[in-house]
Amino acid sequence: MTPVEQLRESMRKDRQWSFMYSMLDLDLDVSQGVILYLEDVSVSFDGFKAINNLNFYVNAGELRCVIGPNGAGKTTMMDIITGKTRPDTGSAYFGRTIDLLRLSEPEIAALGVGRKFQKPTVFESHSVFENLELAMAGDKRVFPTLFARLGGEQRDRIHEVLGIIGLQEQTHREAGALSHGQKQWLEIGMLLMQDPHLLLVDEPVAGMTHQEMDRTAELLLSLEGKHSVVVVEHDMDFVRSIAKRVTVLHQGAVLAEGSMDEVQNDPRVVEVYLGE
Amino acid sequence: MLAVLLVVAVVVPILNLVVPESSPWHVSTYTVTLLGKYLTYALLAVAVDLVWGYLGILSLGHAAFFGLGGYAMGMYLMRQIGDRGVYGHPVLPDFMVFLNWPELPWFWHGFDLFWFAALMAILVPGTLAFIFGYLAFRSRVTGVYLSIMTQALTYALMLAFFRNEMGFGGNNGLTDFKDILGFDLKSDATRIGLFLASAGALALGYLACRWIVTSRLGRVAVAIRDAEARTRFIGYRVDRVKLAIFTFSAMLAGVAGALYVPQVGIINPGEFSPLNSIELVIWVAIGGRATLYGAVIGAILVNYGKTYFTGAFPEAWLFALGALFVVVTLFLPKGIAGLVGMIRTWRRSRSPAGPRAEAAP
Amino acid sequence: MPLSPTSRSRRLPRLADLGLVYGFLILMWLPLGSLADEIDSALIDLSDRSFDVKQAAVEAIAIGGDPRAAGLFQALLAGDLYARKDDRRPVLVTPAPGGYRLTDAFHGSDLGEVERGAVKKITINNRMRNQLRTAIAALTLASPDPAIRLEAAQQMLGDADPMVIEAIREQLGREDDQRVRDYLDLSLALASLRDEDPAVRLASVETLAGSLYPESRNALSTLLNVESDPQVRVAAERALAATEQRLKLNAAAETLFFGLSLGSVLVLAAIGLAITFGVMGVINMAHGELIMIGAYTTYLVQQAMPGFLDYSLFVAIPAAFVVAGLLGILIERTVIRFLYGRPLETLLATFGISLILQQLVRTTISAQNVAVQNPSWMSGALQINPALALTYNRLYILFFSLIVFVALLLILKRTALGLQVRAVAQNRAMARSMGVRSARVDALTFGLGAGVAGVAGVALSQLTNVGPNMGQAYIIDSFMVVVFGGVGNLWGTLVAGLTLGVANKLMEPWAGAVLAKILVLVFIILFIQKRPRGLFPQRGRAADG
Repeated sequence: MTPVEQLRESMRKDRQWSFMYSMLDLDLDVSQGVILYLEDVSVSFDGFKAINNLNFYVNAGELRCVIGPNGAGKTTMMDIITGKTRPDTGSAYFGRTIDLLRLSEPEIAALGVGRKFQKPTVFESHSVFENLELAMAGDKRVFPTLFARLGGEQRDRIHEVLGIIGLQEQTHREAGALSHGQKQWLEIGMLLMQDPHLLLVDEPVAGMTHQEMDRTAELLLSLEGKHSVVVVEHDMDFVRSIAKRVTVLHQGAVLAEGSMDEVQNDPRVVEVYLGE
Repeated sequence: MLAVLLVVAVVVPILNLVVPESSPWHVSTYTVTLLGKYLTYALLAVAVDLVWGYLGILSLGHAAFFGLGGYAMGMYLMRQIGDRGVYGHPVLPDFMVFLNWPELPWFWHGFDLFWFAALMAILVPGTLAFIFGYLAFRSRVTGVYLSIMTQALTYALMLAFFRNEMGFGGNNGLTDFKDILGFDLKSDATRIGLFLASAGALALGYLACRWIVTSRLGRVAVAIRDAEARTRFIGYRVDRVKLAIFTFSAMLAGVAGALYVPQVGIINPGEFSPLNSIELVIWVAIGGRATLYGAVIGAILVNYGKTYFTGAFPEAWLFALGALFVVVTLFLPKGIAGLVGMIRTWRRSRSPAGPRAEAAP
Repeated sequence: MPLSPTSRSRRLPRLADLGLVYGFLILMWLPLGSLADEIDSALIDLSDRSFDVKQAAVEAIAIGGDPRAAGLFQALLAGDLYARKDDRRPVLVTPAPGGYRLTDAFHGSDLGEVERGAVKKITINNRMRNQLRTAIAALTLASPDPAIRLEAAQQMLGDADPMVIEAIREQLGREDDQRVRDYLDLSLALASLRDEDPAVRLASVETLAGSLYPESRNALSTLLNVESDPQVRVAAERALAATEQRLKLNAAAETLFFGLSLGSVLVLAAIGLAITFGVMGVINMAHGELIMIGAYTTYLVQQAMPGFLDYSLFVAIPAAFVVAGLLGILIERTVIRFLYGRPLETLLATFGISLILQQLVRTTISAQNVAVQNPSWMSGALQINPALALTYNRLYILFFSLIVFVALLLILKRTALGLQVRAVAQNRAMARSMGVRSARVDALTFGLGAGVAGVAGVALSQLTNVGPNMGQAYIIDSFMVVVFGGVGNLWGTLVAGLTLGVANKLMEPWAGAVLAKILVLVFIILFIQKRPRGLFPQRGRAADG
């Protein structure tokens, strides 16, 4: 970019300065029906292309499943969306207007992108209730947090979510003492407390029993419509039970996209999963 | 905890002033001053515990903030000497006359006013912590790296203050103080006053920290300690939380330093030595991380031990301190407070949750 | 002519007051016996009342060319020469109970004790002083020992006495030692700067251009003050500039050398840490004390073999490696292995160990510094040119640190242990399931890092004071080097150590040693904000904690 172009770029009327983002209450614009745009994204670690020219769109209110073999770039894709990893090239937009690449993780989270990690990470020395309280949507700046008091309405909301994730009995237990499955649920509960527009859920049923899996599927399906959900999962039965649309990632790019049946019968997908 | 502190703050002066010296219950002024010094150490330990125990930042540089607070107070006390110094110069402290300084350096101006010096004792460490923390937390320097950087910070300050050119008395530091706010520093009443001020500062600092750690911000801090990335992904500005608490903690350390100096009567660059910073971490570790009262207990206990040992067996003190480091990290990861907790949970016959340290970098 | 040419060259007189006499004497070379007689009578004349007679005597002795004359003249010049009153023989005196003990000043024979009144000091005047100096120079210039000739040539630099010049010309004709030749050439050039003929001065200026001897720079700037010939002036200015330029280059080279030397010390101190910290993730605050233990091992080895100082280091290096290494393994087995994955706890525990080790040395050996000696081959300097000398101890330590570095690199890259170490470092669980005995590997890795610290201690004992606190001086610097270079990267440690060393020395001239150090610390603190993983970071998924 020449200096003149740089200058022109910085003088653009609609330019949004990155330092202004935190002050702006950015409105999510999903007027085109698409909540997430990833276009021509590439990222490499030490020469290894984790993401290679990826194009990926999620519609508003959609429940999307992403599958793919190990190293296909699923987790890296989530890292890019949530601001943890910056891509080498490409763009990532939340709605039509919000450039995710200019924002930090907390800013992206505050805009309504929630994420559940592959390995369940909850705050182990806090109680289940406190975990949910911390995740709750609201003003998360330093001083408001220092003076924050829990209102009755908020308390109700926490109890409501406790009900949804079935952890009422554990309300005041330390999260570190929960079972693996319960931690998964708690993390999903924390996602719900954030009330995000877009949920990124990485392997939600790893280590769950069949009953727990069914309840998770039920929960995710119930979110559809109100929220957009992207689920990354290895368990094909689970994916089949919830998926309407499936994206297959391979070597950092989209290999196939469509309904579960279409994808399963795609020869390229079969080759990737079985051929190697 | 506060009740104990209150009792101490009332009883000790009474035992010193009212009880006659012949009585075994009499507390000498020397002991009062010693206790006052311990209380400032306790406040420093509370400050360290706030960032280490609750936020997971192992600062090896808190002695720097303590020292800066101490120097601010030392500069005030130095100016109070006036023309009573050895050289009798009306404005310049002795060491400046000795080094042929023509006039007072700009950064010494204003320190003849107590309120200004007191403000600086808080603001200077706070500002340094803010700048350092702003840079470090923004670029996500964490864990061991951060610890080493804080150590480098205090080391650099130590080297700097050793230089005569810095204008802080070089090697010898600031000493030969005469009086504070017009009260003679050597009088018993002033000593009691300083003791009470230390107790008051400790109580206030303790309350402030208590308030922070029980607020939602405190829970966010613990969340950062346990799972920093997760905290970020639910929307908290981790760098700002860290910055705010780190800066506050540095200010507390500055207050402790400012109260420490008039009681011991000297401040020199040795206060910045990395050894001091690490030593005060062990006070907290012994008392029990993430319990504020543990920090207080640890600071007082270790320093009492130090006073006793260096008097009775000077050779053995470093052996004892070294062994303390090893034993506490190996066998008492939660310190004395953890021991109490373990006994309590053992009574409730439930298996204690294993100690969890912050994740490796 | 009874003498062979070589011995003749030694015995030939180098000086004569009068050229004619000089030539004549050579032609009329007298048999040794009669020459000896002549010298004996001249020796008596030295205590004559007349300075003219004395001068003639000096001249006569000088012409004899006897090397013993130099000592005699030096004593005379220093006012230490006495004459025995009874036979006027020149003698040297040393105080004895009853008076003086006399030694013959020329032959060196002991003449017994006399009363104080039996001798009289031989006095000289200024003219004689000049004469003596010149004579001494000429005599020493003729010495068979090149080291003495070199010293003489250095002392004569800039001496414009025609006799000296003559002697120099003479010596140049047969001198075969290059360094002595250089000095003689320079001396001639300096002398001809004062020649009346501008052409000669010009030629001399050209010769001096770029010369690194301080005398030539002084002579050139003096010349500029007095020179009237414009052509010579221009040439002199240019010559001076060339000299200054070369001096600057050499000063830069010296700074670079000092920087690399400091850097190599930092690398040595840090490289063991790079292993324990970088490969194992263990913060070893006792690392500095392991260095100290290495230095004390050197001291003890030297104490144990007092007659073999020159070889002691070759014993000390393996000894220090073993002692520090075993200590390291002990520390790992008893403390650190319970703390893996908790770096901050290892920091505190090893700090405790460092305190214990310090106090242990204080209690068992001494709280004071101990004297570790340098072997003879470590002292002295490699003289690159008159303005640049590299001291051997720094030079050897520079090479030594490179050797240690390469050895470690080879151990980690080429040996089975190295492979296992890297495997455990990358994925402990996986390595263990592949049959790597991780506990053993941990102990050996830590022992290796500790052993290298011990070896570093041997090197440091040759440069700095050895005392119980010496380790503390290095621990923060070492961590800075490792963090700056990038954890887990030996090359990073090397580059970082050398860079920081050079940077420190570059800043020292204008900032002073302490401020330079502070600036380096501040720089690293700021640098880590920009690149939290150092110069050569490990990237990728594995690096994200």
